[in-house]
Amino acid sequence: MRQFLLFIFIIAVGILFLSRLFYLQIYDSNNYSLFEDNAIRKVYDYPKRGFVYDRNGNLLVANQPSYDVMVIPREVEPLDTLEFCSLLKIDKEQFIKKYHKAKRYSPRLPSVFVSHLSKEDYAVLQEKMRKFDGFYIQKRSLRDYETTIGANVLGDIGEVNNSDINRDPYYKMGDLKGKQGVEASYENTLRGVKGIKFIQKDRFNRNIGPYKDGKYDTIPEQGKDITITIDAELQAYGELLMQNKRGGVIAIEPATGEILAMVAAPTYDPNILVGRDRSKNFTKLYNDSIAKPLFNRSLQGVYEPGSPFKLMNALIALQEGVLTPDETVTCYAGYKYGNRFMKCHCNRGTRNNMITGIQRSCNAYFATTYRKILDKNGSSSDGIDIWSKHAQSFGLGNFLNNDLFVGQKGRIPDRAYYKRIYPKTFYSTYTISNAIGQGEVATTPIQLANMIAAIANRGHYFTPHIIKNIEGQSLPKQFTKAKYTTIDKPHFEPVIEGMLQVYRKGTAASLQVKDIDICGKTGTVENFAIIDSLRTQLTDHSIFVAFAPKDDPKIAIAVFVENGYWGSRFAGKVASLLIERHIKGYITRKDLEEWLLKHSLENEYAKPQSGKPFKINGYTSFQIVEEQEYYRLKKELNRINKAKN
Amino acid sequence: MVRNTNRHFKFDWITVILFFLLVGFGWLNILSASHTGNTINYFDLSQPFGKQLIFIFLTFGLIILLLAIDAKFYERFSSVIYIISMLSLVGLFLFGKTVNGATSWYAIGGMTLQPSEFAKTATALAVAKYISDLNTNINSFKDQIRTFVIIIIPAILVLLQNDTGSTIVYAAFFFVLYREGLPKYYLTIGVYIILLSIISLKFGPTKTSILALLFLIGFHFLSKKKLKIFQSILILLVAIAVSFGVKFFYQSILQPHQQDRISLWLRLEKDPQKLEQMKRTFAYNLNESEKAISSGGFAGKGFMEGTRTTGKFVPEQHTDYIFSTVGEEWGFLGSASVVVLFVLLLIRILHLAELQKSQFSRVYGYGVASIIFIHFFINIGMVMGLIPTIGIPLPMFSYGGSGLWAFTILIFIFVKLDSNRINEW
Repeated sequence: MRQFLLFIFIIAVGILFLSRLFYLQIYDSNNYSLFEDNAIRKVYDYPKRGFVYDRNGNLLVANQPSYDVMVIPREVEPLDTLEFCSLLKIDKEQFIKKYHKAKRYSPRLPSVFVSHLSKEDYAVLQEKMRKFDGFYIQKRSLRDYETTIGANVLGDIGEVNNSDINRDPYYKMGDLKGKQGVEASYENTLRGVKGIKFIQKDRFNRNIGPYKDGKYDTIPEQGKDITITIDAELQAYGELLMQNKRGGVIAIEPATGEILAMVAAPTYDPNILVGRDRSKNFTKLYNDSIAKPLFNRSLQGVYEPGSPFKLMNALIALQEGVLTPDETVTCYAGYKYGNRFMKCHCNRGTRNNMITGIQRSCNAYFATTYRKILDKNGSSSDGIDIWSKHAQSFGLGNFLNNDLFVGQKGRIPDRAYYKRIYPKTFYSTYTISNAIGQGEVATTPIQLANMIAAIANRGHYFTPHIIKNIEGQSLPKQFTKAKYTTIDKPHFEPVIEGMLQVYRKGTAASLQVKDIDICGKTGTVENFAIIDSLRTQLTDHSIFVAFAPKDDPKIAIAVFVENGYWGSRFAGKVASLLIERHIKGYITRKDLEEWLLKHSLENEYAKPQSGKPFKINGYTSFQIVEEQEYYRLKKELNRINKAKN
Repeated sequence: MVRNTNRHFKFDWITVILFFLLVGFGWLNILSASHTGNTINYFDLSQPFGKQLIFIFLTFGLIILLLAIDAKFYERFSSVIYIISMLSLVGLFLFGKTVNGATSWYAIGGMTLQPSEFAKTATALAVAKYISDLNTNINSFKDQIRTFVIIIIPAILVLLQNDTGSTIVYAAFFFVLYREGLPKYYLTIGVYIILLSIISLKFGPTKTSILALLFLIGFHFLSKKKLKIFQSILILLVAIAVSFGVKFFYQSILQPHQQDRISLWLRLEKDPQKLEQMKRTFAYNLNESEKAISSGGFAGKGFMEGTRTTGKFVPEQHTDYIFSTVGEEWGFLGSASVVVLFVLLLIRILHLAELQKSQFSRVYGYGVASIIFIHFFINIGMVMGLIPTIGIPLPMFSYGGSGLWAFTILIFIFVKLDSNRINEW
């Protein structure tokens, strides 16, 4: 037995070691990856981010270099602080403060010492940098906006956060990524692919040389330039007209679905989100919970569409054959259903056919129409599903599935939706507000613009999109393939005729533009806000939709102006001017332009915030902008006009 | 006649081959761990791998010399060798050179010599000589004490020179003595004390004492072999004494860095800040070497391809931490092979020792196996994080001329003795 003691120990230790090795090297060892080996430094080579051009080839977004002075505290050797400080334009106190801050963060890891040096300072500093051990200059690329418009379209880039990194391991701490707008939706195209160099380091974290002579290194793949469908000039003009107002404007080219302009008001200058003040400015924008400049009203604003939706009801009625265009409905200055009454602007006893119904925006006519659609088969439950299906074929009530970074579904109710509210009985009168585009119907400006584009095309539309061209790539099929509505082509003509009459003789007669046959529809929508937990009615929204010219349409447009009172008061003017500018390239209706620049709605927006009781609609008064502001806008207008020539 | 002419070549070739396999493979890893840059000059004497190559060449001369000397010489002169060796250790106090806090080196010209490496061989010879003496009876208390003295003198001398690692090696002689008839209760008591010490350090002396009490009560009721009451009480008192004694030893006698090593090993340290600090200081090596081994995976990253080795992430990698290079570059296949090679070598020596007719040769062989075993166990155990950090080299593998030659002498004296066993009828 005695001679076996050591033998047993040897065998036991052998087995122990083998199992430990097994544990360390096979069981516990994740598959070896260069990327996870902290003996290898990974140095990324960032590619050029792609440029953004507008539809006419104007450069909108480019890049600018930015230089940061970095410090690795433990590598800092005694230096001529006086010279260094004067080069960096800081004083000695700041130097000491910054140095200690960096040291507290980590003595070994680089931290930013001074950020965003100017090119001139960089040039001077670079020459002398070798004198200052432990400091070096890091070049970064920032966005350079060649324009002050389109913040909501272009978006911005910012540092990735943890959830970005977890979602896509491509991103590393400190990388930049599109956060909004096309920067976000075309992130993968614009960013390119960064290159990587593997560098062997030693335990003091010093570089020894390229790992395996750079065998695994990759070179960066440059980001691709993109051209967007926006017409920068039209966009700038739209933004100008919407100054001192809130709302959204969307203009689409019906033949292609290209978005010509996408205005969200209020907006901001995209340049303020670049460089040193980015986070300060972003916080300011983010915290403005009243005007909400970061809220893209043209894409995210969900509004009841109001009267423009009557066009939809007219189309459905024709398709379902519940009335003919010539059938008349008598309006009793309103519509009586059961013991309730819906008011109308028509004179008592007016007889409207479809064309005059649209021209006068007769509530009674469309209430009748809506009830006929729902009651066609004697069952409103079936009727509303048919109605809903038609409306949805215009892209309403759902995401458009386009290339815009944000969006909203809006709402086109069906029987299932109403089941919760009316579980047992369901009559057409329950939802009569839908007849005039209020009640449960809700759309975003872009959906409404798309609906108008579909009407302009007489029955089909192309998904509205922002991308026109990607360097060396073709557009996805979803943007080039027409989507057909469930309404047959002939049924559009009477509706379009009605829209034409809106301009000729109807609610938008004052907005006529010479030589252009514009088809439009006004909208005036009641809206409410919760003030001190009371549902309070605010001044109506001003809504306008239009397309032009009537034959061979070039532009379809939807304009929402919050609390603008009635359709042609604000929204109609904006729409008419944008149409004229797009088609003619110049403005003849200078009076409308002047009027819009001069008038502000800020007094209207201040009302709910004032904390005092206020009156609306008929009691609102016009607010004229201050002289200084007026001249600023005029100057801006001149700039836009000049840029054209 | 025929037998006589071949006498010089009747060595145990298995041992010799295993020895050279380990030395050769060791050198490859030293090369990988210590080279810098792209071009390698194998005889670059400013580099560890260059020096080690010279040491290895010199080893051949040493081996021929060792095998040429008559086997009887070692037995006859063992006392002299022992005394010279002890004097060389004592001399360190006067002429020694201090490296890393241990005064273990003689500096001769540009070379350094570490006598403590050779002292192990000398002690093994002396122990073999003393035990194999016909007048020695290991069962007599007096002779036990004398044997202990032979072992303890070098152990204390190296301890005084601050070389704790080498001191622990002398514990290896327990295996030798036990084989030669040291009473069983030494083993029993030894095992109990080690267990008690670890438990006491981990859970504190009070809990350990209670545990011991419960264990004794349980033993009393469950076991057929009853202990007398006073025996139980005595065992309990000893257990309590040991528990508290260990605590005292740990807190008052051990130096702070030794305490830290033990507390890290037993996961006693809970303060994350302290742990962080440990990771940056002494546990850094351990942490890095474990990572290096782990990163090797099944097949390793390939010779000279280890990123952590190339980056010199493991300090002292070519000496005490050489096994981490094997782990990283040769993976499980390579490091398991090294373990297997060592086990084969140890078993071979043990097997040969048992075959010896002369008690001197047998005891010496046991000494050789025990000394290599303890190095193997402590070094690889430490590098893989199984036991606290104790700085001793891996035999045949680690860089160092003294170490390499000391193990060469240790092993080849035995090879010579073994080759001579046929003549000892």
